[in-house]
Amino acid sequence: MAEVEMYKRTPIEQDLFVRRSKETMRGQVMMFSLMIFMTLVSFTFVVAYQQGVEGFTKYLVIPVLFLFAAVQVGLQLYYFMHMKDKGHGVPQMFMFTGVVFAFLIPLTFVTIVWW
Amino acid sequence: MSSVAQKRGFGAALWDWMTTVDHKKIGILYLIGGGFFFVVGGIEAMIIRLQLLKPNNDLVSAGLFNDLITMHGTTMIFLAAMPILFGFMNYIMPLQIGARDVAFPFINSLGFWMFFLGGVFLNVSWFFGQVPDAGWTSYASLSLASPGHGIDFYAIGLQIAGGGTLMGGINFLVTIINMRAPGMTYMRMPLFTWTTFVASAMILFAFPPLTVGLFFLTFDRMFDANFFDHQMGGNTIIWEHIFWIFGHPEVYILILPAFGIFSEIFSIFSRKRLFGYPAMVFATVLIGFLGFMVWAHHMFTVGLGPTANAIFAVATMAIAVPTGVKIFNWLLTIWGGSISVTTPMLYALGFIPSFVMGGVTGVMQGAAPLDYQLHDSYFIVAHFHYVIVGGVVLAILAGVHLYWPKMFGTMLSETLGKITFVFFFVGFHCTFLIQHWLGFWGMPRRVWTYMDGQGWNTANMISSFGALLMAIGVIVLVINIIMTTVKNVRVGNDPWGDGRTLEWAIPSPPPFYNFTQTPLVRGLDTVWIEKQEGNATGLTFAEPVTDIHMPHGSIIPFFMSVGLFIAGFGAMFHQETSWGLPLLIFGLAWTFVAMAMRSLKDDLGYHVTKEEIQRDVNNASKGGQN
Ligand code: HEM
Ligand SMILES: [Cu+2]
Repeated sequence: MAEVEMYKRTPIEQDLFVRRSKETMRGQVMMFSLMIFMTLVSFTFVVAYQQGVEGFTKYLVIPVLFLFAAVQVGLQLYYFMHMKDKGHGVPQMFMFTGVVFAFLIPLTFVTIVWW
Repeated sequence: MSSVAQKRGFGAALWDWMTTVDHKKIGILYLIGGGFFFVVGGIEAMIIRLQLLKPNNDLVSAGLFNDLITMHGTTMIFLAAMPILFGFMNYIMPLQIGARDVAFPFINSLGFWMFFLGGVFLNVSWFFGQVPDAGWTSYASLSLASPGHGIDFYAIGLQIAGGGTLMGGINFLVTIINMRAPGMTYMRMPLFTWTTFVASAMILFAFPPLTVGLFFLTFDRMFDANFFDHQMGGNTIIWEHIFWIFGHPEVYILILPAFGIFSEIFSIFSRKRLFGYPAMVFATVLIGFLGFMVWAHHMFTVGLGPTANAIFAVATMAIAVPTGVKIFNWLLTIWGGSISVTTPMLYALGFIPSFVMGGVTGVMQGAAPLDYQLHDSYFIVAHFHYVIVGGVVLAILAGVHLYWPKMFGTMLSETLGKITFVFFFVGFHCTFLIQHWLGFWGMPRRVWTYMDGQGWNTANMISSFGALLMAIGVIVLVINIIMTTVKNVRVGNDPWGDGRTLEWAIPSPPPFYNFTQTPLVRGLDTVWIEKQEGNATGLTFAEPVTDIHMPHGSIIPFFMSVGLFIAGFGAMFHQETSWGLPLLIFGLAWTFVAMAMRSLKDDLGYHVTKEEIQRDVNNASKGGQN
């Protein structure tokens, strides 16, 4: 089971490993900047709405905020929590099942139970 | 450690069991704990039936009657049926997938102790004379109005026990995902493992709502919150939704492992591969999924309106389809098989018609307009006893007979086993069949007594008589267990002779490390395949004999649970006493200290050396008979 094993990489493997790490790092930094950018945009939207800027009604602001939130959750899961990598099929399946339940059950309440 | 009995002091044995992290011992602990509560719940049931034996009876007071039905239902579902099934899952599932233990042995032990102390907490209410009395569903208007600490015991006791169940479920999931032997693909897993998997996934999604609901109830009753108090802006119906969003999946959490046990039995004793295995797997998963979509069928009469009722009625009936698929697959497994009617097989054969009747009444109740007539009548009582007793309890009894030799190395008497079956089966139908008509004739459910001259007298008498027969059946089983243990005739690896899965290819009881070498799985029913090909041991190994890494036992899980137990009393009494709040804090601090000890102290486990394993193997081939 939890054996401690030492394994020496060959030079080629080491090379590949370094290259992969670099790529991952680049991806992470890019996604991180994107997320910061989206956060800034979100705040700007809210401030614009509060200041009563023409066109920034709540029908625009709220959906956009939700959209950005969803994208952020996705990026967080897939990039920073490595769900895009191999071997995450089962966690994905469980998470999506949970998402489906968490969506369907409140939907039931607001549509047919409390209409 | 091996199957050879060792002479030890009682204290040492007790310590061994309290600190164990071995999935097999924890499985047995679950069986003992669940068996104990099964007897407690059974005694409560007998008193209920005695009270209803004749009209205008006053054996127990109306208040005590409410206590009895509430504790009977709660005990049977949470503290008897589920833990006993957990016992089988714990013991058998790792063996079926060729693993040496569950993924988190420490958490396994914690799960058991939380279940057990939660159950004790609930039942301590009897000694306080303040017992939960709002039914096992504990609907909020009723439970908020209930005086005394009765409902507090319910809310906190179930919270502790439920936490243990959730841990157990997650543990099983991780075990099945990560620890299958080489070659054991998902579509080669025995059906009991599959149903354990799906039931655990359902636990993962269903228990958090229960936790939330119980916390709401706790806060409302003990900490001045108003989640369910409509006068303060709360909503009492919310409890019903939360409870049934948990509650309906819960009934499938109970029945799926039962289906698994019966699937094993049908194929072992028909000497055939399970008919339609992929369909069985698919049906299991589908039932697990649909189980979350039907909760409002328990609330048709609440007034959700025709749209909601119609949609939930249709969803409910949809569940009958995968259930039907299973029934037909079992029938076709028996069809043309070389059948041997052993005790487990008898239970399995009795299960099919009994469970079908429960399913049919379920579909009847699922028709919303009809449910307006049936709801809260004795018909409902008949329905859920047909599915729970005719399904789950029969599976538990069958499982006890089937796996007893594997767990304890001795064979329960077949004669006594069949006597148990006859008494129990006849008693069961005698008790509950007539209750359908009692419902039609207007007898309400959860009623303390009834008046003469309504035509209910004879039916109630028949029902109570049946309960007596069931009790006799259980007593015969206890006698059987005692006699078998005293006689102590040892059996070999595969006492039924037709074992198909990995657990039947290792000694009974298995050594504490289960498999000397990790097996290689070559198909569904791998042991059967090996035997067909002339490999009498039934096993092909995937590795040479190597050192085995095993975890150390620990008393910390027990202490963690004790802390929560103490904190529970603190929460309960914090409003009326000055020591309540300190006790609550003390209990929680105790648990946190125990958790810190676990985290800070490195425990790397130990190794069983090659030589020890080789010695065990040699001993077994010298001494054992097969
Ligand atoms: C074909 C499958 C099933 C259907 C269609 C079905 C349907 C229903 C319905 C509609 C009710 C609510 C009746 C009412 O209160 O008016 C009910 C109650 C109940 N069912 Fe089922 N059921 C099915 C299977 C099961 C199984 C497998 C179990 C347990 C192992 C179970 C246990 C219960 C329990 C415990 C209740 C009573 C809950 C209470 O205390 O109010 N059912 N069932
Ligand atoms: Cu239900």
